[in-house]
Amino acid sequence: MTAVPKALDQRFREAATEAGLVDVSFDVADTQIGPLLLAVTERGLCRISFDPEPDRETETLARTFGVRVLRAPRELDPVRRELDEYFEGRRRDFDLPLDLRGREGFSRDILERLAKVPYGEVTTYKSLAVEAGNPRAARAVGTIMNRNPIPIVLPCHRVVGSNGSLVGYGGGLERKRLLLDLEAGTPRLDIHLS
Amino acid sequence: MTVPPFERFYAENRDAVFGHLVRLLGRQRAEDAFQETFLRALRGYDSLRHGRYLRAWVFTIATRVAADEGRKRRPEPAADLDGETTDDRPTYAQIEHLADELPEKERAAVVLRYGYDLSYSDIGTALGSSEEAARQAASSGVRRLRRRLQ
Repeated sequence: MTAVPKALDQRFREAATEAGLVDVSFDVADTQIGPLLLAVTERGLCRISFDPEPDRETETLARTFGVRVLRAPRELDPVRRELDEYFEGRRRDFDLPLDLRGREGFSRDILERLAKVPYGEVTTYKSLAVEAGNPRAARAVGTIMNRNPIPIVLPCHRVVGSNGSLVGYGGGLERKRLLLDLEAGTPRLDIHLS
Repeated sequence: MTVPPFERFYAENRDAVFGHLVRLLGRQRAEDAFQETFLRALRGYDSLRHGRYLRAWVFTIATRVAADEGRKRRPEPAADLDGETTDDRPTYAQIEHLADELPEKERAAVVLRYGYDLSYSDIGTALGSSEEAARQAASSGVRRLRRRLQ
C-alpha cells in the first residue's frame, strides 16, 4: 500500500470544500481547556464537542447534517480564532453564525434564550424554564443543557442550580468552573485537565 | 449496512486507491487522478443506499478516472489496464444485464473484472480478499452466467 502524501491529502480536502461537496467540515483544536472537536456546515457552527475522538462524533454529525463529513482544518479557522480570543479574555461575544438544525420546539427556544445570557453572568435552569413560559420544566432545561450541541458559544456553563450549585456540565464540572472563573476575571486556565 | 461518514470511508481507502492509481498511471499522474477520484466519490456519496462494497465502488471510480487520464494522453483507446489479453472472455455488454442476479461477491468481482478491467490483485484488494479468491469469484460468476445464457 502506498501512503498518500500529506500535501496531496490536504489538497484534496481543500478542493472538496471549495467545490461545495462537503456537508460538515470538522477538526480537533487544542485549547486551554483541552482538545475540542469543532464542526461547521455551510450555514454555520454546528458542533463543539468535549469528546475529541472524531469517529464517535462524525456518526452523529452524519445523521443530522449529511454523510459527507470531512476533516477540513481550514474551514474551522474562524471558529478557532474566536475561541482563542475568548480563552485569552479578549472576546466576550461570539460573532459566528450557528446551525441548530435538529433542535426544534422547546429545545430550540431554550437554546436561543441561552445565547442571550451575558458574559460573566449566570442564570438558573428554573429561570430559563420560566422565561420560556414553562416554569415546571427546569429538569427538561437541564437535559437540554446537557445535550447542548455548541457549548462555550451557547454558554450552558452560565446556567446553575437555584441554590447556586454548579449542578452539572457536559464537559465535566472542572471545565464549568474554569469557564466561570475566566469570565469572572480570575482565570485558572493553566490547570491541567485529564 | 449504513453509509459511514465520508471521513471514515476516505481514511480507510485513500492509501489503497492511491497505490492502485500509481500502478496504473505512475506517481506523477496518480496525484491528479487521486483528487479527481475522491471528488467524484464525494459527488455520488450522498446518493449511496448502503455501505457495502465501498472499496470496490471507489476502485471502479479510480479505474475510470485512470482510463480517462489515459485517453487524454493517448490518441488510441487505452489497452487492457493490467496488460492481460484473453480471447474467450465475454464482453461486459454481454453479461451486464445478468450480473445483478449473482451473489454479491461474485457480482462485484465480475463487474470489476469485465466492466472495469481491474486486475485480480486489485479486485482482491477492493473486496478485502486474496488475488486467488478474487479470480475464483469472477470465474465462478462467469460460469454461473454462462449456464444461464444456455
